[in-house]
Amino acid sequence: MTRFVLRRVGQSVAVVILVSLATFVLLHLLPGGAARAELGTRATPSTIRQFNIANGYNRPFFSQYVFYLNQLIHGNLGYSYKTNEQVSTLLAADLPKSAYLSGLALFFTVLIAIPLGTYQAVRRNKPDDYVLTGFSFVGYSMPAFWLGLLLIYLFSIYLKWLPPFGPQAATVSGAISDPKGMVLPVLTLTIVGVASFSRYMRSSAIESLAQDYIRTARAKGVTKRGVLIGHMLRNAILPIVTLLGLSVPALMSGNLITESVFNYPGVGLLFWSSTTTRDYPTLLALTLVVAVFTVVGSLAADIAYSLIDRRVRYT
Amino acid sequence: MSDVSDRSPETAIDNAEVSQLVRPARRRGAALLQVFLENKLAMAGVVIIVLIVLFCFVGPILYHTNQVSTNLANSNNGPGAGHPLGTDNVGYDVLGRMMVGGQSSIEIGFAAAILAGVFGVLWGAVAGYFGGIVDSIMMRIVDAMLSIPTLFVLLLMAALVKVNQFNLTLAVALFAWLVPARLIRGETLTLRSREYVQAVKAMGGGASRSIFEHIVPNAIGTIVVNITFQVADAILLLAALGYLGFGIPPPAANWGSMLSQGVTYIYAGYWWLIYPVGILIVLTVMSLNFVGDALRDAFDVRLQRR
Repeated sequence: MTRFVLRRVGQSVAVVILVSLATFVLLHLLPGGAARAELGTRATPSTIRQFNIANGYNRPFFSQYVFYLNQLIHGNLGYSYKTNEQVSTLLAADLPKSAYLSGLALFFTVLIAIPLGTYQAVRRNKPDDYVLTGFSFVGYSMPAFWLGLLLIYLFSIYLKWLPPFGPQAATVSGAISDPKGMVLPVLTLTIVGVASFSRYMRSSAIESLAQDYIRTARAKGVTKRGVLIGHMLRNAILPIVTLLGLSVPALMSGNLITESVFNYPGVGLLFWSSTTTRDYPTLLALTLVVAVFTVVGSLAADIAYSLIDRRVRYT
Repeated sequence: MSDVSDRSPETAIDNAEVSQLVRPARRRGAALLQVFLENKLAMAGVVIIVLIVLFCFVGPILYHTNQVSTNLANSNNGPGAGHPLGTDNVGYDVLGRMMVGGQSSIEIGFAAAILAGVFGVLWGAVAGYFGGIVDSIMMRIVDAMLSIPTLFVLLLMAALVKVNQFNLTLAVALFAWLVPARLIRGETLTLRSREYVQAVKAMGGGASRSIFEHIVPNAIGTIVVNITFQVADAILLLAALGYLGFGIPPPAANWGSMLSQGVTYIYAGYWWLIYPVGILIVLTVMSLNFVGDALRDAFDVRLQRR
């Protein structure tokens, strides 16, 4: 177990280093280099030279990379010239809000998808299973922004129940104190999440229900409920644990869309506004941060997996 | 989104292989077809896809519209005579534009999926076949790329290069090959220890012969299923990119850019800009998923027994 964890951590570190190399190379591939990107097309050669010296861009590639890594390790993610702020400051303000949004959405997704998938597995190929499957297919096939806008149309314009935008507060406590504004963004992400999670849960529960240990449990006289909760769930939930870990990048991308639909000031909206202003240091730093979260997510999922299912032996 | 296509466990493949050893190839093909035909959803999916392809590629021959020059005097007209589905914000006929936009969406979707499929299969087969350090390095690259959210990098690239149909195809394919690479590597790991692959090795056959004549043909089921899902994902990804402002520039169009333009008029109530094309996207993506699911079931012998 310890060896497995150590090995997985080692692999994760390798992946993070690869991603940092990729973002570093991208920074260098910018047309005209970082200096052109920051100072604009009318900058003179001498100002560009000054900028390059000041930022260390005149040194050899490898030593620049080591410098970049060193800065990263010390928490310096770079400087956004467009907003005149440290990227880490921007991130510290927006990351908790994104985490709050995805956390809520993920919570409701799991809360709904696991019972729903189990119910569908028990009732498989009956009319209600077909109807629910139909809904999940439609939910999965919908562009997320279209879904968000349809919800805005229904709840904000037609019924006038909820505001058409997310909480605009600068801090996460402000977002928490505006539960009405959170409803539609969370609902959008939850519908998309439930559509795919319940499909996985359904097929994994069907598979688990066909196993011998289920038959044994039934033969022993365990109640229907006891079989489902005590015997089926623990086995069928394994793919969901993996899926939870793997859903971090999808969640981040989903946030990008949802945050821009509802103008919710999180990391996704920050990224999107940075693309429109071509704020490259921010873009690259955010890409790296999001990638690190993803790696940590799948690492946590793998470790949780081996804790839930002791049969899983990693060598 | 793309992890949904990652849903064929290795066990399924083992059984598919066993059946192949036991049954003659032709009977296996017939059985595949039968499983597929029995699945009504999949048949409906195939019919819908064929109809949509006809609509997009044959439709413009029968229904002539001007999709190049704008006509601001006739913009945002509701459905009526001459324009069955109205006109958009610069006066293009919406029905005709759905056909032209569909061509581009379908072309990009299929081209990107096939490109990604071919590259991913080669990558995964090479990594799995050679194993060891080669495998470790190649799969860590896949892991690293999988851990970067696709939309973030695509937006980053859109800020760097010009958006056109060719670049969009490449951009979609750039991240779509990772899943097939992982799936095929898993299959290759089991296939390379089979007697017939070992025999090729013993007789002095090279890696390329093992990969192209034994590993790829045996993994064809996984590849086809995955490509089906990839096309669906690509169409959704194009829509998301269009919404974020990195769609194809006019007068070219695809469904994603049409829908994202249309939704800006949601407050004005111009439903003909929002619902027809949205429903068309949902129908296409859903049908592709039905077909993909059925193909997976057809290749999965374990499910046939039930």
